[in-house]
Amino acid sequence: MSDAPPVAARGLVKRYGDITAVDGVDLTVERGDVFGYLGPNGAGKTTSLRMLLGLIRPTEGSAQLFGRDPLEVGARALDGVAGFVEGPRFYPYLSGRKNLRLLGDLDGGVPASRIEEVLDVVELRDRGKDRVGGYSHGMRQRLGIAASLLREPQLLLLDEPTTGLDPAGMRDMRELVKRLAGEGITILLSSHILAEVEELCNRVAIIRSGRIIYEGLLAELLESAGGGYSLRATDPQRALTVLLAHGVEGARLVDGEVRFQAEPAVVETASVALGRAGIGISALVPQTATLEELFLGMTEEEAA
Amino acid sequence: MARVYKWEVLKLLAQKRTYLGLGVAMAVPLIFTGVLIFKTGGPNDIPLGRYIRQTGLALPFVVLFFMSIWAFPLITALVAGDIVAAESHNGTLKTILTRSRNRGQIYGAKVLAAFTYTLVVIIAMGLVGTVAASIEWGFNPLTSLSGSTVSAGHGLGLLAASLALYAWPMAAIAAFGLFLSTVTRNSAAAVVGTLMWALFMQLLGVLPGTESIRPYLLGEQFQAWHGFLRTPADWTPVVRALWVCALYVALPLFAGYLVFVRRDVAGE
Repeated sequence: MSDAPPVAARGLVKRYGDITAVDGVDLTVERGDVFGYLGPNGAGKTTSLRMLLGLIRPTEGSAQLFGRDPLEVGARALDGVAGFVEGPRFYPYLSGRKNLRLLGDLDGGVPASRIEEVLDVVELRDRGKDRVGGYSHGMRQRLGIAASLLREPQLLLLDEPTTGLDPAGMRDMRELVKRLAGEGITILLSSHILAEVEELCNRVAIIRSGRIIYEGLLAELLESAGGGYSLRATDPQRALTVLLAHGVEGARLVDGEVRFQAEPAVVETASVALGRAGIGISALVPQTATLEELFLGMTEEEAA
Repeated sequence: MARVYKWEVLKLLAQKRTYLGLGVAMAVPLIFTGVLIFKTGGPNDIPLGRYIRQTGLALPFVVLFFMSIWAFPLITALVAGDIVAAESHNGTLKTILTRSRNRGQIYGAKVLAAFTYTLVVIIAMGLVGTVAASIEWGFNPLTSLSGSTVSAGHGLGLLAASLALYAWPMAAIAAFGLFLSTVTRNSAAAVVGTLMWALFMQLLGVLPGTESIRPYLLGEQFQAWHGFLRTPADWTPVVRALWVCALYVALPLFAGYLVFVRRDVAGE
């Protein structure tokens, strides 16, 4: 495996007639990342993933996996890469085990013990002999993970792996993703379940109308929305006056609380001033935005 | 490639439609035999029809003639028209295209599997027809189309050669089915389209004014085996069937290949 990043997309564009589904996407996933690819429905997430896997041809730009372009080197570009787009699909008239055997053979053959091993990982060993046509949605999702693990991937691309699962299934899937990430597998996870991304990912990209509007560390994104405070005081009106007099610009009263944004040093000075003015402070709480608030703010901005 | 081909065959073996076609191919000679047992007369106006009760070897030739019109094309279309389209429809195409095989290998394996199925149904018909009819009328010498008599062993050899030659126009139908299956991504449209195309080719052959091109029409190649049953053998229709069918096979297969390796696999 080369030193090239697991995923490097540059200027990816996909047009369908007059519609531009993906518009100049640049994306880099580094080794060890659990990378969240976020966007509302129809934003271009799945189309981007399809281009990464070589299922569709970009109108412009290129996508490389570990430095290899699927359109240039064909299936070899997917060495060490596994995953699924729009949910895993299997032959309903074959058993889960036979489906895995088929896919293993397409990869050059895998020992039967390995198939049992991955069925164990996803807790499907007991149902391996049953036809996939009789599987629940959650079982198919898990079989999808098993099929991916057969390839012993270094990069796993998962397109909304928890969609359609019940709460217990979602929890199990998240645990599985965490476990795989813990084993050193780089994961690119497309999702619009923000709590899931917040729980699992270290880096994110947000796509809106086919364009990337943020790419970077999740922690930095959350921090960027920090710096806000909420103050509960014995006399909110006087507290507001004191804060404004001590250089806290934009302070305002909201539901009996004073809300403001300021640097930590200014907050320290202001709190001392409030004490000297005889105003009691019952709570001074830093306000951090959730990923959901940030996401909605970023993705609804343009729509508005 | 061998592994991909093996799984294409196993997938066919796991589907009901495979057995439906195979069952029809085996049932038709049995039905023919049954009807001829209980009825007098016979298909005297078609090649070898008048000798059908003289030897079990004649019946498969008669059935070949009847099934060439729509039964064999339909059986072939059921599988060839479905083999790519069903994968598109079920979304399994993207599953297999994200493994370690190039698209050309996947397409090649599907072509081989469809051809294998076509050959198997022809052989199954020939085998069942020969056995059933021989039980009733005996494994006797066969009267050729030139009126000479050939031994039963030689007749069996002629039947094998005829079935092999008959597989060529059938392969052409399979190739067209694969092409439609790839292009339309719709199993029903591909199956019906293939059958319509086969019937159109037959129709074209009987239209007035098509005499000059008739030897090169696909429908005509279904009768090329007659050349084996003449004394001496008439190689002209045999050789022509080989190269004409090769074209009918190659063109749609190549067009299908180009579509398959370049197509976007999305939203299926």
